Amino acid sequence: MGPFVPELISDQLNLIVALFIGVAFGFVLEQAGFSSPRRLAGVFYGYDFTVLRVFFTAAVTAMSGILLLAYFGYLDIQSIYVNPTWLMPAIVGGIIMGFGFIIGGYCPGTSVCAAAIGKIDAMFFVGGGLLGVFAFGEFYPFYHIFYESTALGAIKVFDSLGISQGLFAFMLVVVAVGAFTITTIIEKRVNKSFAPSLEFKPIKHKIAGAGITMLGVMFIFMPSRQAHLTEKVQSASYGASHSVKIMSPDELAYRIIDKENSVQVVDMRLPEQFAALALPGSVNVQVKNLFGKELTPILSDRRVVKVVVGQSDKESQTAALLLQELGYENIAMLQGGLENFQKTILIPKSQATGSRWDADVNTFRANASMVISQMIANAKNEQPKVAKQEKKIQGGC
Amino acid sequence: MKTKYMNPYLAGFFLGLVLLAAIFVTGRGLGASGAIKSIVVATVDGVASTHAEQSSFYGSYVGVGKDNPLKTWLVFEIAGVLIGGFLSGLISGRLKFVSEGGPRISPHRRWLFAAIGGALFSIGAQFARGCTSGAALTGMAVLSTAGFITMMAIFGSGYVIAYFFRKLWI
Repeated sequence: MGPFVPELISDQLNLIVALFIGVAFGFVLEQAGFSSPRRLAGVFYGYDFTVLRVFFTAAVTAMSGILLLAYFGYLDIQSIYVNPTWLMPAIVGGIIMGFGFIIGGYCPGTSVCAAAIGKIDAMFFVGGGLLGVFAFGEFYPFYHIFYESTALGAIKVFDSLGISQGLFAFMLVVVAVGAFTITTIIEKRVNKSFAPSLEFKPIKHKIAGAGITMLGVMFIFMPSRQAHLTEKVQSASYGASHSVKIMSPDELAYRIIDKENSVQVVDMRLPEQFAALALPGSVNVQVKNLFGKELTPILSDRRVVKVVVGQSDKESQTAALLLQELGYENIAMLQGGLENFQKTILIPKSQATGSRWDADVNTFRANASMVISQMIANAKNEQPKVAKQEKKIQGGC
Repeated sequence: MKTKYMNPYLAGFFLGLVLLAAIFVTGRGLGASGAIKSIVVATVDGVASTHAEQSSFYGSYVGVGKDNPLKTWLVFEIAGVLIGGFLSGLISGRLKFVSEGGPRISPHRRWLFAAIGGALFSIGAQFARGCTSGAALTGMAVLSTAGFITMMAIFGSGYVIAYFFRKLWI
């Protein structure tokens, strides 16, 4: 599952990857005509909308690819870098960049690309860019408060608008196709003789536009991977053909007391419930975190049986089936959830079923109750373990 | 002279695939202004390292235990852009020392305005934490709110002021 940084690709190798990605980036930019400032500026004067076409097509392509890869489980969307939002600096910075674009005729990426093929004005743009950063750095104390203001974190645009991801993706596709259509009409009016869009055959583009809009419609009906898989494992037909190993409270208690290292309790309850009472050595996991790579180190050892503990059997079963569906092996669920464990082991009542083992069972449970309660109490008194520093993907400019 | 460029939709599709590949493999998208910043940081650090370490802006990138600011992802990526752009120009016969501007502007004025524009773009990119590639394009692809705001601000301000700078281009 992507991304392959930092697990599969080391920091060193990542730099080599960066070089190759840069080569492809530069090549495509130049082929698209982004090394020409007249083309770039054309988008603001209506004589050439190449920039808008390339830019929007690229954004829609990459966004669609990300959504589809995430849906089919090839990309962990939680691990990729999402540019955090500083609202006011983003607006002011964008406005200043608009001035830079009109006055300079390039943006930083395209200027480097144009300088590579010998555009002298692009070299001046790059030089000015270096001086601009230097000036920004020297006067930084004057505006660093503004620079850090209105920090909203890595928020997503569909959350900001209060709509679903799929609906937003559809809207973006529609806006892109609409913009392509309108700007082509404008371009042909402004530039009657040699508008770039005169090179296109209209019928092909109508078909392409319709096709892309259809793709957008698909996004509306595409649920998130979590919703899709949860619905799948909860369906009746799935339950009939898939089962989960069940572990009794007694067996789990025995293995906990024995401090077996081939058991890992995976507690699916809410963090508050987990804070109030947690089995020794257990980890608290929320369903939404199962789908990424975050928990792979804990869940992927085949020799360890992962015992799913929920509040109820239904909750445990759904989580256990999800884990199996996601490809993890050696999964079991605790019979009756934590409530049953509490009743049978932690606060045992002597019971007589008439079996000749009753006395032994009661002795074991009374013992287990003491030992495990002690283990729980010890764990609470221990210094909380310092959470391992996650190696986060760095990004942004 | 009229040179043939790629169909913009096809080019956009390929650009999208490059961006998708970057995100799929490395978890991060494309960028440009970050590399320019790294070059400035490295230069300031090389010329006046005490000044760089004491500065609240450069200080977070240099100092004890920090890697060389040039050994960063975007610097390598931009080195690749230079190579890729050059290769494309070579293949399509567009390698030429030349300036390009509107029909009514002299080359020297064009250079001056290019430098001013470059400086402004870089300053704006610092505030917005990225330029057209790093903040707007990549931000839009990962559906970051900042990406859309930055994109709208760049193009919005461009359209508002375009009229006043029309002599530069038309």
